[in-house]
Amino acid sequence: MNAPACFLVQLGLALVLAPLLPGVINRVKAKVAGRRGKPLLQTYYDLAKLLGKGEVVSRTTTWTFAAGPGVSLAAALCALALLPMGGVTSPLAFGGDFLLAAYLLGMGRFATMLAALDTGSSFEGMGASREAAFSALGEPALFLAFLTLTSLSLDLGRGEAGLSVVDARAAFSLSALFNGDMAAFWQSGRPELLLAPAVFFALLLAENCRIPVDDPTTHLELTMIHEVMVLDHSGPNLAMIVYGAALKLWFFAALVAGLLVPPLPLWQHAALSLAAIFGIGCCVGLVESGMARLKLTRVPHFLGVAAALAALALILTQAR
Amino acid sequence: MDCYLASLCVFVASALVLGAAAVAASIRPPRPRRSRRVNALGAGCAALGCAVGFAGAVGALINGGATVELLWGLPVGHLVLRLDALSAFFLLPVFGLGFVCALSGGIALRSVRPGEHNLAAHWFFFLLLLTGMACVMCAADAIFFLLAWEIMSLAPFFLIDFNDGDSKVRDASWVYLVAAHLGAVFLIAFFVLLWQVTGSTALTLAACAPLSDAGAGTLSVLFVLAVVGFGAKAGIAPLHVWLPEAHPAAPSHVSALLSGAMINAGLYGLIRALALLGGSPSAGVLGELPEWWGWFLLLLGLATALLGILKALGQGNLKRLLAYSSVENMGLMFMGVGAGLVGVSAGDGWTAALGFAGALLHMLNHAGFKGLLFLCAGEVLHAAGTVRMELLGGLQRRLPLVGAAFALGAAAIACLPPLSGFTSEFVLAMSLLDGASLPGVERQLVLLFTLAGLALVSGLAAAVYVRAYGITFLGEPRTGFAANAHAVGWRGVWPLIIPAAACVAGGLLAPYFFDLAAGTAASAIPLPQGLTGSATGADVQMRRSLAIVAMVSGGGVALAFLLFAARGLLLRRHGVLRENTWGCGYQASSARIQYTAASFAEPLARLFAPGMGLLKRGGAPEGIFPERAVFSTSAPDRLRTHVFAPLFELVERACNACKILQHGKIHLYILYILATVVGLLVWGLRP
Repeated sequence: MNAPACFLVQLGLALVLAPLLPGVINRVKAKVAGRRGKPLLQTYYDLAKLLGKGEVVSRTTTWTFAAGPGVSLAAALCALALLPMGGVTSPLAFGGDFLLAAYLLGMGRFATMLAALDTGSSFEGMGASREAAFSALGEPALFLAFLTLTSLSLDLGRGEAGLSVVDARAAFSLSALFNGDMAAFWQSGRPELLLAPAVFFALLLAENCRIPVDDPTTHLELTMIHEVMVLDHSGPNLAMIVYGAALKLWFFAALVAGLLVPPLPLWQHAALSLAAIFGIGCCVGLVESGMARLKLTRVPHFLGVAAALAALALILTQAR
Repeated sequence: MDCYLASLCVFVASALVLGAAAVAASIRPPRPRRSRRVNALGAGCAALGCAVGFAGAVGALINGGATVELLWGLPVGHLVLRLDALSAFFLLPVFGLGFVCALSGGIALRSVRPGEHNLAAHWFFFLLLLTGMACVMCAADAIFFLLAWEIMSLAPFFLIDFNDGDSKVRDASWVYLVAAHLGAVFLIAFFVLLWQVTGSTALTLAACAPLSDAGAGTLSVLFVLAVVGFGAKAGIAPLHVWLPEAHPAAPSHVSALLSGAMINAGLYGLIRALALLGGSPSAGVLGELPEWWGWFLLLLGLATALLGILKALGQGNLKRLLAYSSVENMGLMFMGVGAGLVGVSAGDGWTAALGFAGALLHMLNHAGFKGLLFLCAGEVLHAAGTVRMELLGGLQRRLPLVGAAFALGAAAIACLPPLSGFTSEFVLAMSLLDGASLPGVERQLVLLFTLAGLALVSGLAAAVYVRAYGITFLGEPRTGFAANAHAVGWRGVWPLIIPAAACVAGGLLAPYFFDLAAGTAASAIPLPQGLTGSATGADVQMRRSLAIVAMVSGGGVALAFLLFAARGLLLRRHGVLRENTWGCGYQASSARIQYTAASFAEPLARLFAPGMGLLKRGGAPEGIFPERAVFSTSAPDRLRTHVFAPLFELVERACNACKILQHGKIHLYILYILATVVGLLVWGLRP
């Protein structure tokens, strides 16, 4: 099978399996708490039900509200299409595409925040405000982690593969950073690289509004971020939001997995990547079971620690 | 060149006519019909001149530049106009935005009552501003440049002072005037020193050749003078204080032109100065520039960008927010220039080429979206009577076209992918990204951490613009200002199509715009021989990347439309029920419970309060039976109140002390003259 087809198959698989990830997290949390928990496929049931329903929309809202979920889902889909799938380079890959992916996710957030403000509800304004603050603070950490990887990839391209300088910069793409080479690298004596998956994992928790940053299971607490922003959405729009959130979770899990899975033959790599992604889902479940939500004023500290770890990784990488 | 000169002639001729009309209007009582005619004449001539000039600038970009020397009656300097690639590139926003602002201003001022304002004078100074900007961008002689600079700096004073019945507006225009002239002082010093070293007033590489032997000290003094003088115009911190005063006070079509085109003159002057200081005819390139220049500009730009965006986050006035955001964007452009210089000094062609190109591209894009946003803010002011966000809300329903245009502009300036803001920031970020291949770990780390700083700035920009659009246009009207806003029809806002189209085109046609910017940068600031190879490689790759960016993000937008359509299909069966916003069980909802601009910024304000300069008054209600509580926040500029105001008071006191000498007694003045003459004689007779 040629590479683009192989990529498409795996992308399709990711799109189908993404809603399973929240199910896995929930199941792990339930098991740890000694409950039976929701069915693994609960998200699929929810999606099917929501798509068949009508919508109740606030009288206050305008087209901004109606368009928000579509934009955020489209952005998440595009960002996912830039990632390598199981070690196969994305056909869209180009130097610097991680910037595009980061800003695409930003576009999704922008649309959701505007949709939240459009309802004129104080709760949703609160959610939007917090989302804006925490995503702005998360951005430097995300970039620092990417920068650690790119500067290493530059070294790698220059030193080992003997690429010309210009080609080496083509290695700034997500496909070059997350195809398993980095995993081979930290195993062969660059342990500081292991900080990068840790940072991405912390960002996964923050960006997807998981504990300790946010609690995705409550709806009306004043502590909510993401869930409170989407309170007024219903029907197909809510389905798009739920699915988009699952894709975003998948995106970040795939980032972590891409750094942990070493380069292997195609199908082994693909299988191991999937396993790693669901393994990360389990880790999220364990973290959520073992921790309380942070006080909101402490969340910036959490993101600051992530940024500091990323900065440390960058300094260590450069100091070599 | 012919088109360019023709546009200058249109400006000058119509300015003369309007000047005469302005004088006439101040003598004879105004009549409505004459006022309307003057308005149409002014707007029409400005738009015509801009259209012709735009054609000239585009022609110069395609066919290469030209030089014209005109007659000149002054003892020093020559009247030389040179239209090269850099001039033409900077003329694009001047004429393009000038065209839009003239049309939009013409529409907005139709409703002005004739007795209130002298429209002939307003358009006279508007045309003078356009003339000044057009001449500044093309002047190839120091004296002529300074004259044009003064025209460009003086004209806005009268434009800002349009609503001169308001004391705040008068205050703002004075602050502007002082800042403009303090900046000009440094520029005069810069050009005088340049003249002294090179012995010529011509601003050409050949004339500035002696600079290469001038020594590092002189060069650095020249550099600092240029950064201060041009930075004051560009609004670089800490010299930005005039900008957030002047732009909100001016009528919106003027603020748009000032913010989108005039402050670019600072960047233009800096790039010109760097090209002159670094050039030597033998190498023909940026030679051995001190490395600290690049780092200084890079970090100054980053600090300005951070300060600008944090201050923007604290503002409750929409136009003031936009003004601070201009400070931020100017910071980004300076960062690009700084990265370019760092790349040159460290021998990295990729960083050098992309840094300069990114700065130029961002300048062009900024003119588009900032012009659009200011004009939208003007429509809001026109429709609702205020731009204080806390009093607005829900305007999207009353002003759907303005709201859509503002949303587009906000998305562009917040760097969302299919639009123009993302592409230029992408180029800037890619330029910094190559920091890892610079020699020396300190250099690498500073460049890479600057990129992380850029990420923080763009994250904050997203928060600022969600707040600006969301609080002003979405939700429920907070007060009667918004609820009673009168509708703005298609006829009022059609000029906004042009900047809106520029925002979209800047994203979807990004490779072409990048070509333009990179070509201009390469011709204006030629890189050293050793770097041209990697610079060309960088350009090629960036063009390819931008094409894919446009494709992917354009595809994303198409996908969003498809999803929206799919939602419509799904909803056909069940329909959409409209209900009240869910108040979480609380039924008696009111518009006052909405999140406000201040509360939206609160989580970030808690972290960045020192940077934002937030001032809080009042407090939360206390006790079981709380009394009426008042709480308000504002973010006044501390640099203005705590640094510049005391400084100027000091100067004033010093000047007052000197008044002892000036007492109005003529015989003592004659004594001064006598003493001076005797003193000079003694000095002259010295052996």
